[in-house]
Amino acid sequence: MKRSRFVVSILLVACLVMAIGMPAYAAKAIKIGVIGPMKFVQGKGHWNGATMAAEEINARGGLWVGKKKMKIELVKLDSNEFLSMTDATNAMELAVTRHKVDFLVGGFRTEAVLAMQDIAMDYKTIFIGCGAAHPELCTRVAKDYKRYKYFFRGTPFNSMYLVKVCFIHLATVGGIMKKVLGIPKIKVAIVGEKAVWVEPMVAVTKKYLPKLGMELVGTWRPSAVATDATAELSAVQRSGAHIVFTIFSSSVGITFARQAGELKVPAAMVGINVEAQKDGFYEATEGMGNYVMTMNTYARGVEANELTLRFVNSYIKRFGEVPTYTADTYSAIIYGLAPTIEEAGTLNADKIVAILENREYAVPSGIVGYMKDDQGRHLHDLKWGPGYLTSLGVQWQDGKLVAVWPNRWKASKEAPEITYKGIVPYKIAPWVIEKYKK
Amino acid sequence: MILDIITSGLINGSVYALLAIGFSLIFGAARIVNLAHTAFYMVASYCIYYATHKLGVHPFLAMLVAILLVTLIGLICYKLFIDPIREHEAAVLIATIAVAMAMQEIMLLIFTGDFLSVPSLAKGYLNILGVKIAYQQLLTFGAALLILAGVWAVLMKTRLGLAVRSTAQDREVANLMGMNESRVAMVTMGISVGLAAFAGAVVVPLSVVNPHMWMHPLIMMMAVVVLGGLGSLKGSFVGAYILGLAESLVVFLIPMGAFLKGSVALSIMILVLLIRPEGLFGVAFEEER
Repeated sequence: MKRSRFVVSILLVACLVMAIGMPAYAAKAIKIGVIGPMKFVQGKGHWNGATMAAEEINARGGLWVGKKKMKIELVKLDSNEFLSMTDATNAMELAVTRHKVDFLVGGFRTEAVLAMQDIAMDYKTIFIGCGAAHPELCTRVAKDYKRYKYFFRGTPFNSMYLVKVCFIHLATVGGIMKKVLGIPKIKVAIVGEKAVWVEPMVAVTKKYLPKLGMELVGTWRPSAVATDATAELSAVQRSGAHIVFTIFSSSVGITFARQAGELKVPAAMVGINVEAQKDGFYEATEGMGNYVMTMNTYARGVEANELTLRFVNSYIKRFGEVPTYTADTYSAIIYGLAPTIEEAGTLNADKIVAILENREYAVPSGIVGYMKDDQGRHLHDLKWGPGYLTSLGVQWQDGKLVAVWPNRWKASKEAPEITYKGIVPYKIAPWVIEKYKK
Repeated sequence: MILDIITSGLINGSVYALLAIGFSLIFGAARIVNLAHTAFYMVASYCIYYATHKLGVHPFLAMLVAILLVTLIGLICYKLFIDPIREHEAAVLIATIAVAMAMQEIMLLIFTGDFLSVPSLAKGYLNILGVKIAYQQLLTFGAALLILAGVWAVLMKTRLGLAVRSTAQDREVANLMGMNESRVAMVTMGISVGLAAFAGAVVVPLSVVNPHMWMHPLIMMMAVVVLGGLGSLKGSFVGAYILGLAESLVVFLIPMGAFLKGSVALSIMILVLLIRPEGLFGVAFEEER
């Protein structure tokens, strides 16, 4: 009996020593919390990108922080933000209080990221947002710099630029339809899911369409998780739209595309459809998503700069699919945080913010630079345009996701023409041609 | 536009009717409020996905297998989680929602949250007076009518139907007359879950398969059965088409508020209940009992 008590006591002491010793061991690593909806593609992208970055850094021995070399340790945090805001804020609390992460990357839905941002700021933890697009996330930085300076946008660029790129895509496709099909004035229907990030985009689109020489024939706002869009599609067809300007980030993007393809709705789909950015989209729509065009960050064989193909090919080799934009946690860590930490020589958030906000650096999708507002205040928002980030326009053509933009694109009359390597021409769906070809 | 609204409403209504009839049946016969009803619909969808995409089975065969498998799962769930607590209605409510959540989490673990799809049984569309209707939608509409007719025939023309109706009227007397009430309830549960699986099989090619796909239909199905009168099959059928048409009206008349279609349908249900608390066919149902 005494002997067994002794053994138990020894075991308990050993456990205690290990428990006390673990944090000391963990302190040698830089802890990066990767927060996102981990059971969904967006979260998987967050995690995969971060994993690649951590592995690359650790393979070269870690990062120099002053005179110490520290490895990266990732902490996976499931925000479950599609289903529960509370889960998202709990995951963030967990990250900063229990796991005591040094940095955070991830987040997807603006509604959740706004709440998560506040928690990260409470604990003065640098949070690089890799998913949400609403400008408010960064206008907060300008309005209350002292509190929100720890937030940076990692991807995508804000929704005002997203819509700008979409307008360029609209004008491009509209121009092609006019030329090929002889349509004198392009009619556009806006179909955007009911979500916060879509609001400014719909408002701007309504104002801007006439400037593009296009006519708005209606705006439909289905639920982000609508399982049936046939009523909306019937209404869109009745409106006589030549182009449907889609703004989707959730499952409705699949439903809408699939049913539109099934019913051969005679309109080109252009805009943002996050589901269509993924390799699984064609299968998810049972092939009905052919000819859908969406903005995207990466595509097979398309090169924005010398870093693109190395990243895209390694990602495909490792995870079997083209990275979605949430996988830009890779860029946020390896090109954003890592060199800044080494330059600062410390993990002190204030010192790192001071360096990072003034840096301009290459990432696989272009060049990252951080904007200031019209009063010269830091926004920590991403610069958009030639020489910075532009994104791609991709289209599903015969089961393959190919890039169709930028193709001889000029940002202004004086600007040089831009065509990324690997771009192919846009294709109009045969049933659209059949309907309008004179 | 009126034709668009009507066709779209009929299609939506058929989906809700398919689900609500099974739910109403088990409530009417055994007083079981099975909140896991649409979760069985979700599991059937996953079974079809797995069979068609992973095993390469023909969609029609996959449908049959899924219906049988899900019916079996439903019966097991009934025996394990519902039958022992049947007398306590509140406990049944909690148990069935727990079963639904468990099924959701299991699917999430196996298939993750990725949005998946299953192939249509009939590809293409029909153009009726300028309104395009997918063949799969027509199939759903036809299936809803067929199922209602089938359920009606079983209830009215067979010995099993007689037993179900007798049990629904008075459980104790039915028992005294030599009917195995517990067995009747189990068979009814099997039919009810089978109907949910059938609904999944017919509807899912129009939709997206994901672990949370059971939640919205559950709310709409509850609204349908409450609107029609709890336990009334006729009520469920009529209620389903009323809410389906209400949803279509919202999309066509208030396009900017298309996301409100569910809320408007639920508001109609509340409005009807304020005027007629027993639902549209509640009185007839009470008289039957």
